[in-house]
Amino acid sequence: MTELTASQRMDIVRTKGRPTVRDYIPMLFDDFFEMHGDRLFGDDGAIMGGVAYFKGMPVTVIAQVKGSTLEENQQCNFGMPHPEGYRKALRLAHQAEKFHRPIICLVDTAGAYCGVGAEERGQGEAIARSIMEFMEIKTPVVSVILGEGGSGGALAMCVCDELAMLENAIYSVISPRGFASILWKDASREREAADIMHITAHDLVDLHVCDAVIEESEGGAHTDPEQTAENISEFIFAALQRNLQKGLDELLNGRYNRFRAIGEFQEGTAEG
Amino acid sequence: MQLEDLFSVVKTRFNSDSGDEPSKRHKTNIPKGLLFKCPRCSNNTFMEDFVANGKVCPRCNYHSRLSARERLDITIDKESFEEFDKDMVSKNPIDFPDYEEKQAALREKTGLKDAVLTGKAKIRGEEIVIIVMDSNYMMASMGSVVGEKIARAFEYATEQRLPVVAFTASGGARMQEGIVSLMQMAKTSGAVGRHSDAGLLYITVMTDPTTGGVTASFASLGDIIIAEPKVLIGFAGRRVIEGTIKQRLPDDFQSAEFMLKNGFVDMIVERKRVRRTIAHLLKLHKPQEGGAFK
Repeated sequence: MTELTASQRMDIVRTKGRPTVRDYIPMLFDDFFEMHGDRLFGDDGAIMGGVAYFKGMPVTVIAQVKGSTLEENQQCNFGMPHPEGYRKALRLAHQAEKFHRPIICLVDTAGAYCGVGAEERGQGEAIARSIMEFMEIKTPVVSVILGEGGSGGALAMCVCDELAMLENAIYSVISPRGFASILWKDASREREAADIMHITAHDLVDLHVCDAVIEESEGGAHTDPEQTAENISEFIFAALQRNLQKGLDELLNGRYNRFRAIGEFQEGTAEG
Repeated sequence: MQLEDLFSVVKTRFNSDSGDEPSKRHKTNIPKGLLFKCPRCSNNTFMEDFVANGKVCPRCNYHSRLSARERLDITIDKESFEEFDKDMVSKNPIDFPDYEEKQAALREKTGLKDAVLTGKAKIRGEEIVIIVMDSNYMMASMGSVVGEKIARAFEYATEQRLPVVAFTASGGARMQEGIVSLMQMAKTSGAVGRHSDAGLLYITVMTDPTTGGVTASFASLGDIIIAEPKVLIGFAGRRVIEGTIKQRLPDDFQSAEFMLKNGFVDMIVERKRVRRTIAHLLKLHKPQEGGAFK
């Protein structure tokens, strides 16, 4: 399905009935125990976290939750986390570090929530701290983008040793709608924006942002969630194998350098 | 006459003092550049007085934006600036249409290579690494060059065991560099983390406007966060939030004072006291011989 355009993949990702973490967690993990709250303000329904077994190994799971019904979406704020969500994620990451469990992040958000409470409670600070501290968490971190990877709200859970994306997933600096509205003052040019932004899994492998593309079932993950979950599981297993055997310095330097190397610039050119 | 029409008549009467056409009323013959009109209180000040006041509105104390060079001039010891990476320019990572042309024109116009200056400098004799963003260059959005220069500045400071002082100003991520721009948030925050782990001081001075991806990365990670009065500090844009909640937000929303009240800024310092404040804080954090608790 590599011939699909970014906007066509965006349609697939937004298909009603596309599996969410609520579908994937029971298929990927055993005995999931959910943990609540950031111990500072409250519990954010947009980020779910806890401990579980992955193929017999204890892991920490941190996942962004989208609903399938209106009621579910009200509970999880349509998958758009508040600062307390990122602070909960970070708390669970430190817990994982303490108990030497690897961390699996499942990412699926249009972006961090833009609202009054989010600003009052420091959305910017919450994301910044999450990025800085995930960079130094002393246990392997593997992230998978399931659908939308929207901006800083997604990045906060993608500071990892290996990042994979489902083949129709997108990951972008801003939603295509926001991009069109900022650069062209016309939000209706969303599809056109999606097609020039380089946001598909294959684009992001080319840009060294993403390490692997996970195949979905024919037509998109909603046609066969079990098959897609199996593919995700295979990736997580292999990624954990690769990262669990690294020494601590190798792990943390590798994570730092994954991001350190991204950027395109030139120095001392003719223009100099 | 419809009811709405009646209101519009009343509104027009209230809004116009002379009853002239708006275009006529605003027609004046003041030469450009003679006056500064404050974007906050709309007060007009002679440009000369405004500049002499450090580009601060004498009426409402609005701290207007400074170029990076102007900021260096009022902050560091004379001729102490040794610039890093001054020839670094960005490429076009996602082949965004007209990005190179736009940058070439801006380089010409501003004399800058991109939106940040970094280097070594002294404040009252204390050696520091300084980072100054310049909103005249694409609203100081963070692309590859901004990210790389900031990461290198922190890495240099870590190696040389120097404090970092960063004057932040930014509209956020640089859209034209797509995801590569987003990754600069992780790159810069990672470098801040290593500097912090080495036990070194990082002071952020938030200036107008500090928003988006810069707020959500290195700007919010200072050991001490100073803000100039009334500057805009926030994550999401005001219009985006108003669009989401379908309400108008109060004027002080996302101001420095709002951030102080909510606990995300340590102190608000007037421009004329910023240099002094940084100098004091640097002195306070100097390694103590024998005196410090180990």
